[in-house]
Formats: sequence, C-alpha cells, structure tokens
Amino acid sequence: MATYDFVFSTLGLKEWCGSSQSSAPTSMAQLLSKTKGEEATETSLWELPFPSMDALNKACPAFPQSRDLTRGLEQGFLAIKDTLSVVLDPITQPLSWFLDGALYGMLNTPWWIIIPILLAVVFVVTKSWKLVGFVAGSIFLLAFIDHYSYAMQTLSIIFVCALICVLVGVPIGIAMSRSDLMQRMTIPVLDMLQTLPPFVYLIPLIFLFSVTESKLYGIAIILYAIVPVIRLTNLGIRLVDKDVIEAADAFGMTPRQKLYKVQIPLALPNIMAGVNQTIMMSLAMVVIASLVSAPGLGVLVLRGIRNLELGVGLVSGLGIVILAVILDRVTKASLARINAAQSQ
Amino acid sequence: MSENVKISIKHLYKIFGETPQLALKQVYNGMGKPELLETYNHVLGLQDINVDMKEGEITVIMGLSGSGKSTLIRHLNRLIEPTAGKIIVDGENVLKKDENELRRLRQEGMSMVFQKFALLPHRTVLENAGMSMDVRGFTTRDYEKEALYWLDRVGLKGNENQFPHQLSGGMQQRVGIARALVSNAPIMLMDEAFSALDPLIRSDMQDLLLQLQEELKKTIVFITHDLDEALKLADHLVILKEGGVVQQGDPQDILLNPNDPYIVDFISDINRARVLRVRSVMDPQMPEGDHYAGDITEDENLESVLSRSEGDTNLDYRVIGGDGDPVGTLHMKDLAKALVPTAASEERDQTL
Ligand SMILES: Nc1ncnc2c1ncn2[C@@H]1O[C@H](COP(=O)(O)OP(=O)(O)O)[C@@H](O)[C@H]1O
Ligand SMILES: [Mg+2]
Repeated sequence: MATYDFVFSTLGLKEWCGSSQSSAPTSMAQLLSKTKGEEATETSLWELPFPSMDALNKACPAFPQSRDLTRGLEQGFLAIKDTLSVVLDPITQPLSWFLDGALYGMLNTPWWIIIPILLAVVFVVTKSWKLVGFVAGSIFLLAFIDHYSYAMQTLSIIFVCALICVLVGVPIGIAMSRSDLMQRMTIPVLDMLQTLPPFVYLIPLIFLFSVTESKLYGIAIILYAIVPVIRLTNLGIRLVDKDVIEAADAFGMTPRQKLYKVQIPLALPNIMAGVNQTIMMSLAMVVIASLVSAPGLGVLVLRGIRNLELGVGLVSGLGIVILAVILDRVTKASLARINAAQSQ
Repeated sequence: MSENVKISIKHLYKIFGETPQLALKQVYNGMGKPELLETYNHVLGLQDINVDMKEGEITVIMGLSGSGKSTLIRHLNRLIEPTAGKIIVDGENVLKKDENELRRLRQEGMSMVFQKFALLPHRTVLENAGMSMDVRGFTTRDYEKEALYWLDRVGLKGNENQFPHQLSGGMQQRVGIARALVSNAPIMLMDEAFSALDPLIRSDMQDLLLQLQEELKKTIVFITHDLDEALKLADHLVILKEGGVVQQGDPQDILLNPNDPYIVDFISDINRARVLRVRSVMDPQMPEGDHYAGDITEDENLESVLSRSEGDTNLDYRVIGGDGDPVGTLHMKDLAKALVPTAASEERDQTL
C-alpha cells in the first residue's frame, strides 16, 4: 500500500498500473525496504510525501520514475546527436581552424615580434603612452616568470572568440533593435545563456564534439560571452536620440544610410561597452574551458587544483588577473575615446 | 510675391490609436477630442484641417502645446501618415507617392529645422550642414563650397570644423538652418525652431530668417507657440486648437477681428501698437485736399505713428503705399479704437 494508491483507484487506472509491470529497475530505497521486510504502513499526515513522480510510481508501477525523465532526455539527445553533428560539424569547423591558426601563429612567432605588435595595437586603440607602458610592463613580468606562452595562448583564444562574438553579435543586436518580435524571441535565449552555469553547457557540447577539437571550447566561450554585445547593441540602437532619427528621415535617408550614418555611430559607445564585457567574459570562460582542453593559463590553474600545487595555482591566477586588467583598461580607454568624440 | 498655392492641405484628419478608421467615423459624426479619448481611447490629433500655403510666403501655425502643431507639420513630408485627407504639393498628392518618390521629395523638395536641433553629434559642423547632399550621395568635397557659403550666411564662418557639442544652442540652430538651406529645397519646415533659444538670441534668429527669406523667397511653414514670434514672421497665420483650425488669415486681421475666445486670450496681452500696421486700420479714402498732418507709410506700425502725432487724436495722416503712391487716410481716432484690447471689450460684452 503506497500513499497515492487512491489516486489511481479513483481514476480507474488500477488495471493499467497492474497490467504493465514497471520496467525501471528497482531503486535503492525499494531494495532496502524489501530486504528489511518492512510493511508499507499507513503514513501519517505529517510524513505525507510530495506527489512526485517517484511517489506516484510507488503506488502505480506503470507510472514513470523521475530518473526515467533524465534517461529519456539523455537517450533523446543521443538519438539526435549524430544527425546534429553532421550539420554542426562542418559549420563550426572554421572555428577550429581559426583557433588553431591563432594559437600556432602566436606561439611560433618570436616574442620580439609579437610584443611590439601588441603594444602597437594598444597604442592605436587608446592613443595613450601610459597604457602602453603598463601593458609592456605586465607582459614582460609574465614573460619573466615563464608564463609568456600560456598567457599568449589565452590571449589568442580570447581574440578569436571575442572577434567572432562581435561579428555575430552586432548583426543580431541590430536585428533585435529593428523588430520587437525578434527582440521578444531573442531575450529569453540570452537570459538563459547568461544564467546557465557555464559548466552546464559544456555537457552537451562534449557529447556533440570530440574533446580534442578546439571548437569545443571555442563554442562554449562564444555562447557564454556573446550575450553582452548583443544586448548592448540592441539597447544602444534603441536609445539613439529620436530627434536625430527623425531628422535622418526628414532628409530622406534610406534605412541603410540611417543604420550606417546615424544609428551605429551613435550606438557605438554602448556597443563598445558590450565588447568590453564580452572580452572580460571570454577571459572568465577560457579558464573554465581548460576543463575541456583549452590551452593557456587555465590549464595551470587546473593543475594547481588537481595536484594541490598551491604556488602554481596562485601564480597562474595572478597571470589571469594581469590579463584581465590589461584587457579591461585597454577596451575602457578606447571606449572613453569614442565617448569623448561624440559627447553631446 | 506670386499667388501660387504651393502646399494645399484638404480635409486632413489624424487619429492616434489602434483602430483609427473606426474612430474616424465617430469624428465624422461629430464626436470631439475629450469624448473620443474617454470612450474609444483614441487621440484626435488633427481634425478637418484645410490650409493653403502660398509660394514664397511664411505660413505660421500657432497653438498651445498639444494642439497638434507638430503632428500637422510632420504630415507635410509624411513623417506621420494621415488617417484621412489630402496633402497636395506642387499639384501632386503627397500621399500617393511611393517610397522612392517620397524619399526624393524629402531630399530635394522639403527641408526641415527642428526644435532640438537634431544635429549628428559625431559629424563636424560642415558635414552636418552638408547632410542633405551626403544623403544624395555627394562627397564632402562636392558640397564643401556650398556648405561653407551657407554657414557663412548664417554667421558661422570659421566654425566648420567644430563639432555640434562645442557650439552654443543658438549656433547649433544656425547649423540646423544652414543644413536646410544647403539642401536647396524650395520648402522649409520649421518646428518650433527657435523655441529652445534665449529671448535675445531668438530675436536675432528671427531677424536672420526674415533677412534670408527676403532674398530666397522660400515657402516656409513655421511653427510656434509664441504670438509675438508668429506676428513677426507670419504672412499667413493659422491658429490651431485641439487639432482643429480656429482661425486663419492675415495676422493683422486676426488681431483686429478674433473669432474665438481662445484667440482673444492669446492676443490679450500683446503690445497692439507695435504689432498693428497702418494699412490694417486705415481708411481707403484719400484725404480731401491737404487736410492732413503728414505722410506715413502703410507698413509703419501704430506705435511710431502714435509718437509722431504726440497723442493728438484729432489728426489725420495720408498713407503712402509700397510703390510711393498715396493709398488712403489714417484717422487717429481709428488708431485709438484699434488699440483697445479685444479681450476687455468682448469679454465684458459676453458676460453682461
Ligand atoms: N504617437 C502619438 N500617439 C498618441 N498621441 C499622440 C501621438 N503624437 C501626438 N499625440 C497627441 O496629439 C496631440 C498633438 O500633439 P503635438 O502635435 O505634438 O502637439 P504640439 O506640437 O502642438 O505641442 C497631443 O494631444 C498628443 O498627446
Ligand atoms: Mg510640438
């Protein structure tokens, strides 16, 4: 006698329950109670179990248990996995090439070429010698403690992923800003991507792609980091001064001219703020992605945790902080330049 | 000044809401703005507007805030689609135009000046002035000469490489005007173009506009909520109230014969002597013989005549027209009568 027997008897489903035996293997609890030979006694109201799937299964073996649900999901996923990879594999293959290419290029070019190039980029986007000095100091420090190649691996992954985030995210953001329907459909997806713990979407990705391929961590990073650039592009374009848009219409601009000559330039501060966040989130994720074979400083952090090598973990953690500060300062400085150029 | 009608608005209605066509039926049946809002939750933006705007004239549309001025002017270049009615520009119905024709009209036929300037903050003054040319596909080099000329005309010589945020409000609106002039469109729409400016600067801008208009003879539709501004600029004055035209015509006529308490309220505290002109109050009969105190011109305002006569109401003056011939007589008694505020006289009549 289980608590919820009456549900099935009143619904007249007793026969359906009895006729088909539960195919699910017996749970540990059931085994225990069987071996103890406990009589199923009438439970008091105080101990009334929630009518969960497992509780209902006790009363009626034909009713599925909750682990059937997880197993069903898993089997469903495995069933579509092959067809899904046939489609996704070729589409995402270029990502592997980009990542591998960037990693190869970064590591096989001598440091005395790479570092000046990086510093030149910093100068071009920020026009600040102070910042160039700071970045130079940081990189030399990292190189001096023999973390140069790890840091460069991390940086190249971030560059590739952030670039793809911008290339994909900005058009999505623009589409969202133009259609309320598109916005309504996209926002829940963005919310989900942003709130899911990053470990969770590593799981299906591991099933879909082989762990040895770089696109696995590439996709994980992009999915995680693309959200802010989409959101802020959409927001930025929607916040463009209505009066200026009206002027653009009144002077006969085409929608295309309006986009390139008015909306994107005026939304640029917001878009750049999104790019800054996207880069920071890529950095956060590239560390986690070392779980699925992403190279870089994250690998050292992971080693520190696995082998309880405190020093390794702390030094690589410091390296990540240094990279974070560099990336943040540089993107914020270029953002400030844009803001200054069009302050109203 | 030619008498061609450049823009003709016929039976124009605009209703804001979910189902404007249904609400329109109620309006045709005589429902008013408050009632429509209450029972159908639709806003009656404009009702039965009929206005002819003549080529080369400044038509001023005046009304309190919320009376539908901005809505009306935005119909002319179809930034807002009407619910019913016709807008005819140069003999063509603007509402029949397809997307490309409409874009051409906006690029070449009409330019607009905005209350909040609406300049592109990331472009220089020069590029802003040339915006209409840029839209038509010209490069900075193509329009530079033209843009510099008009920037100079509006008093911005030397500012062309600055950005809008580096200029004061008055200077920004000068850029706005230059932008409209560079487009070389025969029609200029100005939505409260000077309302955001300080009084002194506003007065300067009005003078600038009149001075440019003297030479350019554009068809200007000017919106304002300020009566002094309206009277200073208007060749034709249209007064809006709750989306409908209450009175339109020669501003002097409206001052002397307001047909609605709303207008009486509006004009009750202006300086009539400064606004009214001799031609509006004169007697078209020539003075007999030489029984007159002197010659005055028909466009002089009453204030100057008053000071010339030193307050003597028994005098008569001979009025000289624009072409130098005498056109009538001004009796100082008529002048004194015209100065009695309409508000005082009419309201007392009504309440008694
Ligand atoms: N998009 C809109 N939706 C609903 N009502 C509107 C809209 N635009 C204007 N209105 C209403 O139309 C009326 C006229 O507005 P407007 O033309 O801006 O007045 P004005 O320029 O004379 O101050 C106001 O009552 C306003 O609330
Ligand atoms: Mg307005």
